[in-house]
Amino acid sequence: MTDTLYLFGVIVVMAVATFATRVFPFVALKGRGDHPTLDFLGRYMPPAVMTILVLYSLKSIELTNAPYGANELIALGITTAVHLWKGNSLLSIIAGTVFYMTALQQGLFL
Amino acid sequence: MKSSTLKHAFKSSVPVMFGYVPLGMAFGVLFQNLGFAWYLAAVMGIFVFAGAAQFMAVGLLAAHAGFLEVAVSTLVLNSRHMFFGISLLKRYRATGIKKLYMIFGLTDETYSLVTSTHPPAGEDDQNYYAALTAFNHSYWVVGCALGALLGASVEFDARGMDFALSALFMVLLIEQWKQIKNPIPFIIALACGLFSIWFFPEQMLLVAIGLSITVLFTAKSKIEMVK
Repeated sequence: MTDTLYLFGVIVVMAVATFATRVFPFVALKGRGDHPTLDFLGRYMPPAVMTILVLYSLKSIELTNAPYGANELIALGITTAVHLWKGNSLLSIIAGTVFYMTALQQGLFL
Repeated sequence: MKSSTLKHAFKSSVPVMFGYVPLGMAFGVLFQNLGFAWYLAAVMGIFVFAGAAQFMAVGLLAAHAGFLEVAVSTLVLNSRHMFFGISLLKRYRATGIKKLYMIFGLTDETYSLVTSTHPPAGEDDQNYYAALTAFNHSYWVVGCALGALLGASVEFDARGMDFALSALFMVLLIEQWKQIKNPIPFIIALACGLFSIWFFPEQMLLVAIGLSITVLFTAKSKIEMVK
C-alpha cells in the first residue's frame, strides 16, 4: 500500500469515527426531543460544558513554575472585565488575546 | 439564506478564526513533516474536522498504525461529542443535508457558539447555525492548508493567538450566566472539572462532561427550584 493510499484510509476511518460520535445521540434519541429530561439537559448542559471548556483551556498552565499561570489568568481577567464593561464579545476576546500574545512573546512575567 | 444571517454568523465566528487558523497551521506544519503533499492536510481538515484527533493522527500516521487502532483512538478521543448532541435535539430542527452537515461540524467551538449566541429576531436560526458551522469549518481547512503549504517558513509570530479560543469560552461562559442566572450547574461543572483534571488529566473533557451530567440529574429537583 502506498503512503498516500494509507493516508486516505486513515482519513476515511477518522472521518467515519468522528461523525459517528457526533451523530450518535441524534440517531439514538430520534423523535424524543420533547422529553422533559432532554429539555432539562438542553438548558443546563451548555453552562456546564462552557465551565468545563474554560477549565480545559487552562489545564496545561503550570502553577508551580514561573510565571505561575499569570499570563493566562490575567488575560482571562481582562477578557472578563472588558466583557462585563462593554458586553461586546469580539472586543473582549481581542483584548485578552492581544494581552496574552504580548505577555507570552515578550516574556512579561518571566 | 439571507445575507444578514451570514453577516451575523460571520461576526460571531471571528474569534474561532483567531483560534482555528493558527491551530490548523500548527497541525499543517507537523503534517507536512511526514512528507505528504500540502493539499492532503486540507483534505484531512475537510473530511475529519476534529482538532485534537488530527493532532493525534500525526503520531498514528508516523507510526503507521493499523486502521483499527486509528478507529478506536478517534472514537475514544471524540466520545465527548456524544454528549453535545443530547442537548441539541430540540435546537437542531433542520432536516436533510443541512442537518447532517451541522452534526458533522459539531466541534467544541461550534457547540459553544450554537448554545450561547443567537441570530437577531426574525432570522432563521437553523441557517444561522449552519452558517456558523461552515465558517468554523472553513477557518480550520484554511489553517491546515496554510500550515502545510508554508511549513516552518512562517514569518509571523502567532504564538499565543490560539488563546482566542480560551477567551471565547470565557465570554460564552459569561453569556450563559446571564441567561441561566442559577449558580448550581456552574458549581457542579467546576467541581467535576477540577476533579477530572486532578484524577483523569488525559481524558479530562470526557470524564468532566459525563460526570457533570450525572450530578446534574442527581440535583435536578434542587436546580429546578431556583427560578
